[in-house]
Amino acid sequence: MLQFEGWKKLLVLFVILLGVIFALPNLSSNQDDMLADGSDGSVFGFLPGKHINLGLDLQGGSHLLLRVDMDVVEQERLDSIGETIRQEFRNEKIRFAGLKVDGKAVKVTIRNAEDASKAKTTFNDLGNGLTINSDALDYAISFSEGGLTELQSNTIAQSIEIIRRRLDPEGTKEPVIQRQGIDRVLVQLPGVDDPEAVKRLLGRTAKLTFQLVDMRITPQEAIERGRVPPGSILLPSDNEDGRSFVVEKRVMVSGEMLENATASFDQNNQPAVSFQLDSAGAKRFGRVTGANIGRPFAIILDGKVVSAPTIQSQIFGSGQITGNFTVAETNELSLILRAGALPAPLIVMEERSIGPGLGADSIEAGKIAAIVGLCLVIIYMVLSYGTFGILADMALLVNVILIIAALSALQATLTLPGIAGIVLTMGMAVDANVLIFERIREELKRGRSVMAAIDGGYQRAISTIVDSNLTTLFAASFLYIFGSGPIKGFAVTLGIGIATSMFTAVMVTRLFIVLWLEHKKPNKLVL
Amino acid sequence: MRLKLVKNDTNFDFLKLQKMTMVLSIFLVLASIGLFATVGLNLGIDFKGGILLEARNNTGPADISKVRNDLDTLKLGDVSLQGFGTETDVLIRIQRQEGDEKAQIAAIKAVTDILGSDFDIRRTEFVGPTVGAELAEKGVLAVICALMAILVYIWFRFEWQFSIAAILALSHDVLTTIGLFSLTSFEFNLATVAAILTIAGYSINDTVVVFDRVRENLRRYKSYEQRDILNRSLNETLSRTVMTSVTTLLALTAIVIFGGAVLRDFALAMIWGVVIGTYSSVFIAVGMLSRFDLKRVDQDDDGVEVPEYER
Repeated sequence: MLQFEGWKKLLVLFVILLGVIFALPNLSSNQDDMLADGSDGSVFGFLPGKHINLGLDLQGGSHLLLRVDMDVVEQERLDSIGETIRQEFRNEKIRFAGLKVDGKAVKVTIRNAEDASKAKTTFNDLGNGLTINSDALDYAISFSEGGLTELQSNTIAQSIEIIRRRLDPEGTKEPVIQRQGIDRVLVQLPGVDDPEAVKRLLGRTAKLTFQLVDMRITPQEAIERGRVPPGSILLPSDNEDGRSFVVEKRVMVSGEMLENATASFDQNNQPAVSFQLDSAGAKRFGRVTGANIGRPFAIILDGKVVSAPTIQSQIFGSGQITGNFTVAETNELSLILRAGALPAPLIVMEERSIGPGLGADSIEAGKIAAIVGLCLVIIYMVLSYGTFGILADMALLVNVILIIAALSALQATLTLPGIAGIVLTMGMAVDANVLIFERIREELKRGRSVMAAIDGGYQRAISTIVDSNLTTLFAASFLYIFGSGPIKGFAVTLGIGIATSMFTAVMVTRLFIVLWLEHKKPNKLVL
Repeated sequence: MRLKLVKNDTNFDFLKLQKMTMVLSIFLVLASIGLFATVGLNLGIDFKGGILLEARNNTGPADISKVRNDLDTLKLGDVSLQGFGTETDVLIRIQRQEGDEKAQIAAIKAVTDILGSDFDIRRTEFVGPTVGAELAEKGVLAVICALMAILVYIWFRFEWQFSIAAILALSHDVLTTIGLFSLTSFEFNLATVAAILTIAGYSINDTVVVFDRVRENLRRYKSYEQRDILNRSLNETLSRTVMTSVTTLLALTAIVIFGGAVLRDFALAMIWGVVIGTYSSVFIAVGMLSRFDLKRVDQDDDGVEVPEYER
């Protein structure tokens, strides 16, 4: 056992060296100077490792768990299916009644039994993923399981893309945006100064449409009568002036046709958003405006009318949206429009935002606690075990270096509880050494020779060390599985700490002891 | 000259205290369950849902009563305010608002606005009711799964009696920790669950070391009385137990004093855990063992090599 073969010595030294190499990048102070691949331009640049990945609670940032409101998406799709059915039935001259969206289905009744087969063809042409139920001439069309799942996946994928474009338009911030479960998206944005701005950016669906104002009826009449002509809808104004507008449901131009949107000023120097349409959009816009000169059209954002200018002349590619905007609002709105409309509203289910001030303070506090803790433990070990205590302390330092190296190399996230985990590990790591030393003491008391005592001590202690550390590892594993965010970080550091402590206690301390023995060759040992 | 907190050849009769400690422990557990059932826990927003804001006054000490008055005008329901860390910091807890998540977000904005530019918002936390319930469920699951895994492992490595003794000791630790939180009204949140699991890990660590020694002594001193073997095992591991507890406590004390307000509660819970974990390993785990008839057989399959010169 004390035959610590040459190759084993080399292996341990090699691991220690690796540890130092991977831990070193953390000494270079400014993380902001990091280049894209995690290295920096300084002398540390040639080292393979990277900085530790700091959690949001240490570098500051926003953590948001968002739910995609699938109900809204489903309703919109059903609405659109309803309108398609209306058009097709008109074209096919199928008479119908009671076409409406009721709950989770589109319902319609066919007037003539002979039209049933034509109607069925229309329904089938609507596409896959739908279930068609019929009761005599009453039909109900809804989404099938498969159809709904596909709708969810597509919506979430699209939402993730739009979120990314809104939060990180230049691709520099490295946010984490991932799907969670069926209908949730996790967003983690580091280094955020204003969490409210993030929520504002994600709060608007930003569905932009241009629709013609329905001139057949005034808004007041529609409110009085309580209904609007078919194919139209009553919408409120965005300006909080209590006005309403009756607009056609048919969309002339939608936000998808926008090629660009920028913040600008109108002729009265009021903030406005200038936009440019792509070629398809420009053509359509030109056609509609050309055919409707003198008529007003409504610019609608998220179901509210922002403004309703009258068409003065044929417009093609570009225009301006004016309204009751501040400059900040036009900046945000143009960014959102450029990024694109969210397919569904995002609802914030959980938020944790840490300002950078608190983050930096937490790091400071963590560092101090770690250093003080380390010193206390070191002193205590020396007082209790003398020379062997010093050797154990050297192993403890190696342990800390290995933990930092492992965290850096794996790019695992270090959180504030994670720092507590490291400090805790320092206290518990000594345990393995203590077990060994106590055994050695016992062996010496029994009168064994120095070599035999050390040998025996290691042999007996190892199984205990493995047992006790493994059980702590279980606790850490379940914390990792069921935890989230900072708690996960704690579990990771605890787990890594246990692994490195086992390694250092068994291999590294032994190496130091063997080296010391070979150097001193004592025939008596007072432990 | 060595610092020796434990004499070299101690010979306490730990098991003599068995009856007393058993009564004490049962009392503690029952009291904890009682407190939990009546007073309940001060659940943090992680589990109850709600809003938490940490704000720092950048012009001077925070005037908590003024902030309270300002917040009252918003009519947000149950709002709790406390100083936090230094005198410029204020921790604002707001109950879950009526309505859905949008209402919660609106409330956050209202509070931020009314605090104005005098205050820096250092931290915002908001947990919706759905997520809160999920986190609570996950927390409970984590603790139960960990306990089960440990139970199975001990059963596998030692005998079934050890497993039962271990699970009783661990349950005692978990329950009394919950009782402590109920008694002190410390906030019970995700970090607390992490602390409980860590305490369980530390406690079992301790217990396994003693069990290991018991198993070894059962084999080595076949002719001795079980009671004496158990006592002897405890005495032999005493010095290691004290050592490790001291080093861990040193590390934790460093966190309590220097680690900042956020970690303080976590570290305090852990300190309690070290104390109760050690207590349970010595008196409950081994105490339970003493009630069983333990086998003295040479177990070939436990993987502990008895060195040549021992046989």
